[in-house]
Amino acid sequence: MSTIQVQAPGLLTTVQDLGRPGFGSLGVSPSGAADPISLRLGNRLVGNHEGAAGLEMMLLGGTFVFPQGAIVALVGSDFGATVDDVSLNVGTSVEVRPGQTVRLGPTSSSARCYLCVQGGISVKSFLGSASTHILSGIGGFEGRALRKGDLIRIGSATETFRRRTIPSEVSGQLSRRKVLRVTPGPQADWFSESSLRSFYASTYRVGEQSNRMGLRLEDGQEGVTVSQRGASHMITEGVSLGAIQVPTGGSPIILFVEQQTTGGYPKIANVISADLHRVGQLRPRDEIRFEQVTFDTARSLLMEQEKLLSSKGLILE
Amino acid sequence: MQKSTTDGVRFQAASDQSLLIYFGERITLGAHQRVRRMLHLLEREPIAGIRNLNPAYCSILISFDALNLHHAELEAILLGYIDRLDAVHLPEGRELQIPTCYDGEFGPDLNDVAALHRMTPTQVIELHASVTYIVYFLGFVPGFAYLGELPEALATPRLDSPRRSTPAGSVGIAANQTGVYPFATPGGWRIIGRTPISMFRPDREAMSFLSIGDRVRFTPISAARFAELEKA
Repeated sequence: MSTIQVQAPGLLTTVQDLGRPGFGSLGVSPSGAADPISLRLGNRLVGNHEGAAGLEMMLLGGTFVFPQGAIVALVGSDFGATVDDVSLNVGTSVEVRPGQTVRLGPTSSSARCYLCVQGGISVKSFLGSASTHILSGIGGFEGRALRKGDLIRIGSATETFRRRTIPSEVSGQLSRRKVLRVTPGPQADWFSESSLRSFYASTYRVGEQSNRMGLRLEDGQEGVTVSQRGASHMITEGVSLGAIQVPTGGSPIILFVEQQTTGGYPKIANVISADLHRVGQLRPRDEIRFEQVTFDTARSLLMEQEKLLSSKGLILE
Repeated sequence: MQKSTTDGVRFQAASDQSLLIYFGERITLGAHQRVRRMLHLLEREPIAGIRNLNPAYCSILISFDALNLHHAELEAILLGYIDRLDAVHLPEGRELQIPTCYDGEFGPDLNDVAALHRMTPTQVIELHASVTYIVYFLGFVPGFAYLGELPEALATPRLDSPRRSTPAGSVGIAANQTGVYPFATPGGWRIIGRTPISMFRPDREAMSFLSIGDRVRFTPISAARFAELEKA
């Protein structure tokens, strides 16, 4: 059996796959990779099925020893990775020889980088998924972020090494933008015209307290707040992934992969499915704006994205 | 993207991959019964492409695979389910007890709540433990049950600024609801006691101690009994 020894865990490294949908009635949110597209691509680079579990790292990566070696790929943001001091590019598969060390540093671009290994990360499945849900301590490796000294198992791998890469023009098409596209939220009509105008005109800064549960947004400009009417009528209801809720204080919050399953604040908008992976790459202090699209446009954008992801030229061998 | 149907049921697109069904615009037992019936029917006869169901007081949020289903299609299928709601037979909710210690450190907001309502702490405890609550739904975090209704005389606003961390087992009240925090999480409900019961355990067959539709009473216990039960 192959393993990974965690020599340094990084800032917040967790085991993630594509999440565990289907348990909302227990109050369990799906969790899963914050940037699922990077995880899917990483798995394809190493010859796994798209939903295999990998390691998600945030802002600062870890140091990992591979006593038995492995076929690995890094996808997502560039964390300045090396294999025994030789630089390791993002978006390409590589063979790590027994005893070699993969070392990642701080990000030089966006928030998250995924380490995928052939055979996948092997942990006890909980409700059908390997994903860590940090707040409730379920799933993943002992329900928590990795620590120094952890020994992680790798699933059995059969394929011999094949060098695969993602062409840079493809990563360019999927890369982060400063504008997140949204559809109107279920309470959008509770907000005044001027509140809606200022919401779509404002540049927001991602707050320091942001995490996998949600991203707090601060006004870039002084004095631009979103007020709502009828907030006292709000009855707690289910909240969807990427919902932008506006608490009474006025600073919007994007609910994310480890979100609360229900909430009592009005939602002004919701990030479209095709842009959710970009939310996973936002760092504290990044600046973003919102652009409204129709539900039909949101659906076409998702279909185009999936077409790109399933196209033959996506992964070069 | 908003439609009304007969029977006061309303559909509302929540995102490009989710749809809200409202069974009323107020918290009532009638709306709760329809939420439970719909949930029961959707769990018994799943619709292809539905990924997740989030029930709440008078609504269900349905998340779906947007590549294979869209709002109008889903609404048409759901109307067929809604027509059959009255015929759904619901299993009887269980009767459960939550032993709760209201002493000292376990109920940091008990004295404030008592002062707000011009009562003694003992009166608050007696009132809180005097009624049978219904589990309207589980939400927020795994195993968190929204219990109602709190006696009118105890209805209390949330804390002005939420605590950064509320210990697991904390029994809180907010507006006309009460509930137990299954994990140490941030929280804005006023904490009047604590239970030694694990509300959510992934290694237990029924992971959540409470289920939607259960009927629940809080029973006051001493700190000594709390320690015994915690060890058990």
